[in-house]
Amino acid sequence: MTPLLEIKRVSRFFGGLAAVMDVSFNVNKGEIVGLIGPNGAGKTTLFNVINGFYKPSRGDILFKGQRISGLKPHRICRLGIARTFQVVKPLQRMTVLDNVVASAFLRSDSKREAVKKAEEILEFTGLSSEKDKISKGLPLGMRKRLEIARALATEPELLLLDESFAGLNPTELVQSIEVIKKIKERGITILIIEHHMKVIMSISDRVVVLNYGEKIAEGTPEEVSRDPLVIEAYLGEAPAA
Amino acid sequence: MKRYAPYIIVVLLALLPFSGLSTYMMHIIILMIMWSVIGMAWNLLGGYCGQVSFGHAAFFGVGAYTAGILYFKLGISAWWGIPLSVVVLALEALVIGFICLRLRGPFFALATLAMGEVLRVTAENLRDFTQGTLGILIKERTWVEKTWYYYIILAIAVLTYIVVKKIIESKLGYYFVAIREDQDAAESLGINTTLYKTIALVISAVLTGLAGAFYTNYMGYIDPEVVFALHDISIITIMIVMVGGVATYWGPVVGAGIMVVLAEWIRSLPRIGTAHQTLFGVLLILIIIFLPNGVVGDFSKIKRALGFGRKV
Repeated sequence: MTPLLEIKRVSRFFGGLAAVMDVSFNVNKGEIVGLIGPNGAGKTTLFNVINGFYKPSRGDILFKGQRISGLKPHRICRLGIARTFQVVKPLQRMTVLDNVVASAFLRSDSKREAVKKAEEILEFTGLSSEKDKISKGLPLGMRKRLEIARALATEPELLLLDESFAGLNPTELVQSIEVIKKIKERGITILIIEHHMKVIMSISDRVVVLNYGEKIAEGTPEEVSRDPLVIEAYLGEAPAA
Repeated sequence: MKRYAPYIIVVLLALLPFSGLSTYMMHIIILMIMWSVIGMAWNLLGGYCGQVSFGHAAFFGVGAYTAGILYFKLGISAWWGIPLSVVVLALEALVIGFICLRLRGPFFALATLAMGEVLRVTAENLRDFTQGTLGILIKERTWVEKTWYYYIILAIAVLTYIVVKKIIESKLGYYFVAIREDQDAAESLGINTTLYKTIALVISAVLTGLAGAFYTNYMGYIDPEVVFALHDISIITIMIVMVGGVATYWGPVVGAGIMVVLAEWIRSLPRIGTAHQTLFGVLLILIIIFLPNGVVGDFSKIKRALGFGRKV
């Protein structure tokens, strides 16, 4: 069976800087794959390459066996990849409901259908009580969940989550983890960037570690957390004895 | 009650010519309605879709010249300019959109501003085609009375209002606002931003062009300085929407009413009259400071300030 997403030797350069260098890994259907690495490791750049904001300088990205690198973001979204943003980008002067309706139109024929879908998704993500509020005024936790709701409204097969847990308080954190687990139950595959180690280690089936744009490790959370290269990337080199 | 307001307004407006208003008053009202059309058209692109154009004169002028050239070159009634301008403006908007819509924010605004000026200079110099700065004079007036002109522009305005409202309440409207709020987010939510911005531009341009074609028939004389004017068309269009209320259905209508009356009044003042653009500038600054959402958008604020709003 072909993996849902294949990243094949992808590099992305900005001038002379290699933000992503020769990275390859696969994401299989139904998995949650964590993408971790220190700041500046190239995680978000890789997302931008997958999602179509950037073209890969080298390498290919395949979604369900079809080459998607070089397509525009809206085309990639239509094929079934949705994403959230690390710096949340709510449609500020729209209500929470309208935010989600706007995305639900992608696969709806009528406004009634889009609104129905949007309400269902708000229920699913626990935002129903906020649906008539202007999204600008929401607290961060809810804005992060709104990002997820909006991405879900495009009915993706693969969801790219960029730091959906950063800056959340413990209550919000628990709510968001619940949402992620429920998304997985729906059969949606997730590739998630996260700094919150406890979260990523507990929800991921596999973890890919980037450092300075290169993949340094891949495996189950246990394998990765024992990997000396990963420990070095996070904690620095062991002092010479 | 509020649901029926648009119908009541239309009926009242339809009965207006029977109220025995003077020709001058009818002229003012016709101008108000014409500017409402341009304002509503601009609002679709600038207010809802967030693509602020400083060059709507490019569309108004081409609409006006479509009618003018039909009459002057082909000798047929300038009224044919109204249907023909739809086609001409759609094509023009596609070309301008192809050039300008790849730019964002202030760069788009500047590019549209340049387009308006380029077309003005072109119209001035294509003398064989446009008579240059001599302008085009429609020698036979269709009607002496204002009544029929009034009904025609009123019909165009009602049509514009319906088109804008239907669009905004549909998927297109959601997409336009999504693009305004965050183009990258919109794109990653599967919205083909280039396509939808082009649609907004084409519709906005066509509606503006209708007003332009009407203008030629109504005024009977056009020249590039007038119909492609940066200050008197492009900037006034933006002011009308700013004063009335950006991204509101009635904002452009209210704004057009206020601006036409103000323009007439200020011009009639001795001495200060020549400085009307300076005064408009001051007005715009005041609006941005005190009523950033315009008269319609900040209506509750105005009511409160005047002391008869609901206490919060």
